[in-house]
Amino acid sequence: MDFLNAIILLLNYIFVPALSYGSQLALGAIFVSLIYGILRFAYFTAGDLMSFGTMFAILFTWYFQSLGISLGILPTALLAIPFAIIITILFTLITDKLVFSYYRTKKSPPVMLAMVSIGTMFVTQAIVRIVIGPFDRRFFDGERFILKANEFKEMTGLNEGLSIKSTQVITLVVTIIVVSILFWFLNKTKTGKSMRAYSDNEDLALLSGIDPKKVVMITWVIAAILATIGGTLYGLDKSFKPFTYFNNMLPIFAAAIVGGIGNPFGAFLGGYVIAFSEILLTYAYKKFFFYILPESLEPDSLIQLLSTDYKFAVSFSILVIVLLFRPAGIFKGKVL
Amino acid sequence: MKRNLDVISAYAIMLGLIILVGFLQSWSIALSILCFCLISAVMTMGANIQWGYAGLINFGIMGYTALGGLAAVLVSVPPVKEAWQVGGLNMIACVFLIALMVFGVRFVLKKYNKSDKRNYGIALVIIIGLILLRLISEPAIESIEAVNPATTGFLGGMGLPILFSWIVGAFFAGALAYIIGKIALGLRADYLAIATLLISEIVIAIIKHEDWLSRGVKNVIGLKRPVPYEIDLQTKEWFINLVAKFNQGTLNLITDALEKEKILKQLVIEGSTVFVKLCFVGLFSVVVIILLIITQKALYSPWGRMMRAIRDNEEAANAMGKNVVKQHLLIFVLGSAIVGIAGAMMVTYDGLFTPGSYRPMRYTFLIWVMVIVGGSGNNFGAVLGGFAVWFLWIEAAPLALFLINLFTSGLAETNTFKIHLINSIPYFRFLMMGIGLLLIMRYRPKGILPEKILNK
Repeated sequence: MDFLNAIILLLNYIFVPALSYGSQLALGAIFVSLIYGILRFAYFTAGDLMSFGTMFAILFTWYFQSLGISLGILPTALLAIPFAIIITILFTLITDKLVFSYYRTKKSPPVMLAMVSIGTMFVTQAIVRIVIGPFDRRFFDGERFILKANEFKEMTGLNEGLSIKSTQVITLVVTIIVVSILFWFLNKTKTGKSMRAYSDNEDLALLSGIDPKKVVMITWVIAAILATIGGTLYGLDKSFKPFTYFNNMLPIFAAAIVGGIGNPFGAFLGGYVIAFSEILLTYAYKKFFFYILPESLEPDSLIQLLSTDYKFAVSFSILVIVLLFRPAGIFKGKVL
Repeated sequence: MKRNLDVISAYAIMLGLIILVGFLQSWSIALSILCFCLISAVMTMGANIQWGYAGLINFGIMGYTALGGLAAVLVSVPPVKEAWQVGGLNMIACVFLIALMVFGVRFVLKKYNKSDKRNYGIALVIIIGLILLRLISEPAIESIEAVNPATTGFLGGMGLPILFSWIVGAFFAGALAYIIGKIALGLRADYLAIATLLISEIVIAIIKHEDWLSRGVKNVIGLKRPVPYEIDLQTKEWFINLVAKFNQGTLNLITDALEKEKILKQLVIEGSTVFVKLCFVGLFSVVVIILLIITQKALYSPWGRMMRAIRDNEEAANAMGKNVVKQHLLIFVLGSAIVGIAGAMMVTYDGLFTPGSYRPMRYTFLIWVMVIVGGSGNNFGAVLGGFAVWFLWIEAAPLALFLINLFTSGLAETNTFKIHLINSIPYFRFLMMGIGLLLIMRYRPKGILPEKILNK
């Protein structure tokens, strides 16, 4: 019984939250990785593109709510996502046309493009703050919990409750759907294959008749889709605040590099690596040991490896270690 | 003379703008803008010698700025004796333990060749060290933080004049840069950018949450200034006389003695803030001028030529027998140390240390905008960039208000759209920065004052 309690405890406080947080990071990391692989620069606007997409999802949600449209137990935001995606796609394509394409045709060094993406970061951030303001917004509606801690306790008779938020399940389901479509697209379709070829060796790809304009366009479209979905899921699960989204850029980069930048599948796993290690290292294990150890050995302190204040620092330390020992990432980069 | 015409005219325009603010808004605002311009100029020079001289991207500027600020606290705050009594010994033991860990790692590195065994050895040393550190420091930290938490709750500093911290801050930042450089300088340019960005976040996290060291988010206030305080000035005979002398014209017009007294008092209060800021401007100008002379000398010395050679073609420089790795590390440390000075200067000016206020937008990316806009590789350009961008950053709000009123003049005052725009004025500065950066990068990629190579 105690053993079961211990497992439920870990599931409730570590596994479930880490899985949903990891999915949200993974979606971000995949598109950062794709942009790095195909457009060949570090896209510093990543976090703000996510907040841009989320902002429109929120605006559409409000619009639908004012019309009285809802999805019942599911959040209205799911309905708003496709519309938000369209606007984000337009936004990325316009910024590419106005800003990035010039440097691409000039074959500027990647550093230059990264700097330019800082310029777009400032602009995107300004747009988001001017339109929706810098405040914390919650836009979740519908049923909050699938499984409440109390119900679980009554059902099983255990001491520990397991609560599963509907947003966590939605995050997971949507991530699985989106990521499987993406990998099917990259691996099976002709366009996807041409993107991989372009990322692998630009000159050879151009020689074999791949249209670079199309590849670049599709990359931005995918980036916009992933950014909007990832951002909206994060906002549903927690809340929407432009500053938090900007900060999320850091663990997203960490995930992309840990997974091997330029390698979307690695980035996908990298998101979970970062999320799990952040939560595992900052969780206080006192109660866990209380269940599994005999009474005489029970710990007095919290048994917390790091205080929760250092949550971000964990992912960055992992990144530094990975950079030192496996600069190409855990899953070896540059094989799209 | 003719060659430097662009520099002189650019600086003249900049000074003119600041003087204009003095006339239009107030001299106090103009001088505080000037102070921050000078501080930004120092930061920009630091970033510029890394990026402009050597082509290294350092997105960790925020971390070094915060370390410089921490130095200001550790130098100027008087030591908290009680805290040292309850936990000082353990903390000193921790310092020795860290030193021991470093030697342990070095020993493993020397003894074994590159292999899994070596990596595990290093990991073992670090893990054992960290566990010991935790065991020794935890009770000490608790008791230190329990000492009068409302006002102290930390170890305090040395109680020295705060001006020393400008040098100490440079050393702190330089030391951190040495460690980061050893770890990360081998990386590709964009990896280096991301790694330094993340490491600076770790530095901020530590400063924010290690209350025994820096009081964390509880902030340290009331740091001693190197210049007189307004309150003291207002009672000093010579200062009142000085103000009276400056405003003789207006004072003579007033006949009523009581009225005269009142106006003089008002003038003295205004004058004291301006005087204090002028003192700061003087101090900061000295730093900026010294740094400008040193960096200019370095740029045109054989060493500067070598750095440019390394920047432009690393392999060729390497083939010529230049130690690229060593020079990169050197310039990384030097540039970061300069940023550390700026961090200490800023805390000195503010008189308070607020770890919560260090955000990458303001302290890393804005500085980079300054470097790019001003002109990388040109010290005068870097200083100008610091001035111009900071000026725009502060004056963006009034400018945006003016533009919004201009464009929406047809709308009624109660129009929700207009009210929304006016409420979001603070964010227009981001828009201006972004668009400014994009325009400069597109149409003048070398900055306002591009790099000049003199063949003297």
